[in-house]
Amino acid sequence: MNLALVLLLPMAGSLLAAFLPANARNAAPWLAGAVALACSVLLVGMYPAVADGQVLEVSLPWAPEFGVDLSLRLDGFAWLFAMLISGMGLLVVLYARYYMSAQDPVPRFFSFLLAFMGAMLGVVLSGNLIQLVVFWELTSLTSFMLIAYWYHREDARRGARMALIVTVTGGLCLLLGVLILGWIAGSFDLDTVLAAGDTIRADRWYAPALVLVLLGVFTKSAQFPFHFWLPHAMEAPTPVSAYLHSATMVKAGVFLLARLWPALSGTELWFWLISSAGAATLLVGAFSATFQRDLKGVLAYSTISHLGLITLLLGMNSSMALVAAVFHMLNHATFKASLFMAAGIVDHETGTRDIGRLGGLWGSMPITALVATVAAGAMAGVPLLNGFLSKEMFFAASLQAEEASRLWITLPAVATLAGAFSVAYSLRFIHQVFLGRPAADLPRKPHEPTRGMILPSAVLVVACLLVGILPGYTVGPLLASAARSLLGANVPEYTLAVWHGLSAPLLMSLVALSGGVALYVFLLRTGRAMMRTPLLSRINAARIFDVLSVGAIRGAGKLTRVWFSWRLQPQLLLITCTVLIAATLPLAITGWTRGTAAPTPLDPLFLLLWIGGGACALGAALQAKFHRLAALILVGGVGLVTCLTFAWFSAPDVALTQIAVEVVTLVLVLLGLRWLPRRVEFIDARRETPLAKLRRGRDALVAVAVGVGFAALAYAVLTRPANADLAPFFIRNALEVAEGRNVVNVILVDFRGFDTLGEITVVAIVAMIVYALLRRFRPAPESIEVPRAQRRDGEDEILPSHPGDLLPRGELRIPAVLARLLLPMAGLVSLYFLLRGHNAPGGGFVGGLVMATAVIVQYMTGGTIWVEARLRVHPLEWMGFGLLSAAGAGLVAWFWQYPFLTARSLHLHLPLLGDLHLSTVLLFDLGVYMLVVGATMLILVALAHQSLRSPRKSVTPLNPDQELEATSIVPGLGG
Amino acid sequence: MEIVYALAIGVLAGSGVWLLLRPRTFQVLMGIMLLSYATNIFIFGMGRLALHRAPIIEGGKALDPSQYADPVPQALVLTAIVIGFATTALFLVVLLALRGMTGTDHVDGREPDA
Repeated sequence: MNLALVLLLPMAGSLLAAFLPANARNAAPWLAGAVALACSVLLVGMYPAVADGQVLEVSLPWAPEFGVDLSLRLDGFAWLFAMLISGMGLLVVLYARYYMSAQDPVPRFFSFLLAFMGAMLGVVLSGNLIQLVVFWELTSLTSFMLIAYWYHREDARRGARMALIVTVTGGLCLLLGVLILGWIAGSFDLDTVLAAGDTIRADRWYAPALVLVLLGVFTKSAQFPFHFWLPHAMEAPTPVSAYLHSATMVKAGVFLLARLWPALSGTELWFWLISSAGAATLLVGAFSATFQRDLKGVLAYSTISHLGLITLLLGMNSSMALVAAVFHMLNHATFKASLFMAAGIVDHETGTRDIGRLGGLWGSMPITALVATVAAGAMAGVPLLNGFLSKEMFFAASLQAEEASRLWITLPAVATLAGAFSVAYSLRFIHQVFLGRPAADLPRKPHEPTRGMILPSAVLVVACLLVGILPGYTVGPLLASAARSLLGANVPEYTLAVWHGLSAPLLMSLVALSGGVALYVFLLRTGRAMMRTPLLSRINAARIFDVLSVGAIRGAGKLTRVWFSWRLQPQLLLITCTVLIAATLPLAITGWTRGTAAPTPLDPLFLLLWIGGGACALGAALQAKFHRLAALILVGGVGLVTCLTFAWFSAPDVALTQIAVEVVTLVLVLLGLRWLPRRVEFIDARRETPLAKLRRGRDALVAVAVGVGFAALAYAVLTRPANADLAPFFIRNALEVAEGRNVVNVILVDFRGFDTLGEITVVAIVAMIVYALLRRFRPAPESIEVPRAQRRDGEDEILPSHPGDLLPRGELRIPAVLARLLLPMAGLVSLYFLLRGHNAPGGGFVGGLVMATAVIVQYMTGGTIWVEARLRVHPLEWMGFGLLSAAGAGLVAWFWQYPFLTARSLHLHLPLLGDLHLSTVLLFDLGVYMLVVGATMLILVALAHQSLRSPRKSVTPLNPDQELEATSIVPGLGG
Repeated sequence: MEIVYALAIGVLAGSGVWLLLRPRTFQVLMGIMLLSYATNIFIFGMGRLALHRAPIIEGGKALDPSQYADPVPQALVLTAIVIGFATTALFLVVLLALRGMTGTDHVDGREPDA
């Protein structure tokens, strides 16, 4: 359980930090520090068990049908990394508290930092490969957010984008590789995969899986040729560089290589791919680091080079080298984070990171200089410091690697050369910044930083010293337990000691040290210490990346232009034609036949009804462009005929709903008509061009084809006997089980209650979208003035009704009186429909629509201002309580331990009222009722309110800066 | 009866599709409404044309399902009608917003070049 806590604490802390106020300069770091400390303490508490060789595991089912569980697994190696992440996290939080400026919104920073910490802990603690990849991608995302923390800087955004694209692409490759691995091993469980090493290596899919995994690893750990993102990621605040881009996240790649070592290593392919990438990175990184002008640039390239070193070690296929790699991961994290912090201090206190401008800081900031010097010594591999030990092991491993014997002295030579360069850049770092003549033209006068800022760096340097001098007592047991968890019984004999006697590695160390010093002295003497990186500066990987990404974007744009139309009509035509073809194909294969069922005798009245209905539809089709009101009336006619059809064929509920919706829709569109432009004249030259005629002909053809197809399909179905499976079930169970006589309503509120709940939620969302869209609505200038229909002859404008008037002004006074009388009765009818819905036609939908119609009639006859002075409707509350009521009716079932939305009923016998039958179904239907009232009102009233906009509020098209607010009297519709 | 019913669906669907392919937003709105009528009647017809069948259960528990109208398509259509209303409202407001922002009621947000 504690293990889950280690993962959950940072995640929860991240959420919490996100809600802190932007000026919480102390609260946010306290929170983050407490989380990091708690994680460290928890981990320390687990150490005895882990050192004992136990593997702590927590597992929760996640997607068991795919064999994916949420499983956490802590062994020695994972412990080492988890401890590194949380301990380093603590130091970085402390450092960042003082590093971040007062203007920065720090809660955001610490929130992302904690999220990263959680994600990174997730990577190292994952006991499942899929889960590991998920956390892996999470680290990329959080890294993106952190690099772009100062998002007003173009460089920061660019660096973040580059890092994200490179690492996420690698992560996708990794996912593919992991899927193959899991497929070979038969499970994604880490233990199973690690135990299946021999099967995996023998499989013919081994090579693709390895290459894909390596693409993930190399991108994450900034290996050549994917290393270019790391220097650009240095735009991040320095605590981020210290934490993510040197100590932890970039180690995720090499961590995974070590983790999968038992499953993947030991082949020629492994050796060649990994060690060549590692060696190339080692050399390119070390070489480039020597010529950087930016302090953080030196450290970035040096990080690349050290990551290359670790990769090279892992590629050597020797268990000895693996131990060295793990050791160096630790050591590098320690001294490099310390150096980053020192670089950050220099930047913070002097205002520049340019090595060319800095100099002689030893006098003004001696403690920082001392700390940085020791850390740089560790980086260079000076004896008595931790870097020396792992570098010795690296040299030894390079001499012993099996495959390397065929390469003669290549590997040792590469190692020594890179060692010499690392000595040179370490020396240059210290010499240029802290020694020499004090720089005169620094942006700020340098001085020692606050103690809180130097402390984390100093702690790390002390660790470097302790490990360097007393390795056996400090890091020895930790390393042993990590090595054991990776290698099992095959842990090689190794001794952690400063003095191994006179040996070849020692000689290589000496050569590297003296060579490095000589190289730097040479560069200094010949004035080349500040030159640009020879050769490599011409190849700008970042530029190639930019060109490629711009090319990709342009290419996508071109493809879109060629294959896609932004115009609606071709799209709709395409969709219609596709549907037409898809529906016709099966018919073309089997042929169309009339069914065998006996036809229902034709009723002439029904024929007459639909002659009218069809005429209305055709008329609407012809008039929709030229006479909108006529078209709307005709469509209303079609709706009426549809409604009668439902009633005709024994569906009173549907007919009721249709007629109510018909009324509301009509009012709705009528309200909208006003804002449309003036009608188009029938005679228009553009309509007469051959192209336009051709287009209309084509559309008519498609329309006729769809109509004929639809009719044929309907006829074929209607003439076949019904497939009576479902209907008897619902009819039988409606009364017996659900205790309702109106089967349709029982289906809606009981059998398929969950569907209805979803549906009313959709209606609520639509109503709110409509409301939101109308808040920003800008009427076109020419539709602002009061329409002709509302004006009396000779008057320019009639004044709107005053709230205090006894009756609304205008022509509708008598209807207004009648409509007021109608309201309570309509309310009564709507409640009646609601209450009887379970046993007779009615229900929440119809009831709600009737109620909404009654209210909107008030608006139509009285005018918005006059009505709202008398009647207050709160549509949002209606909707909210409706949803709550419907969902609550579903939740009630839980009290009886039944599934969600199981209907529960209660029979009571009350003294005066007699038998009372209460059911959660009624509560559910009440929710539907309230929601429908609220949503309909919200839509209609929001639209009606548009008329209250005064003319001056019209704006020129497409000018979103000017804020428009509807003057609203209705509370809850607040403008 | 069936043939009239099927033809009615055909006419509504044809008119709807014709309007759907027109360039003015109001035409498309009307087209959507006609098309949804057609679809609703079509879905409703899946329960076959039931004349004089009781939609509400009467009497006791022993009942013959074949005496009743098929409730399943009815329930489907009932929800479809309400959702159809929401769609219409949304489209109408999008139409108005488009009109307000672009100054035209062409579906593409600008008048055709030709």
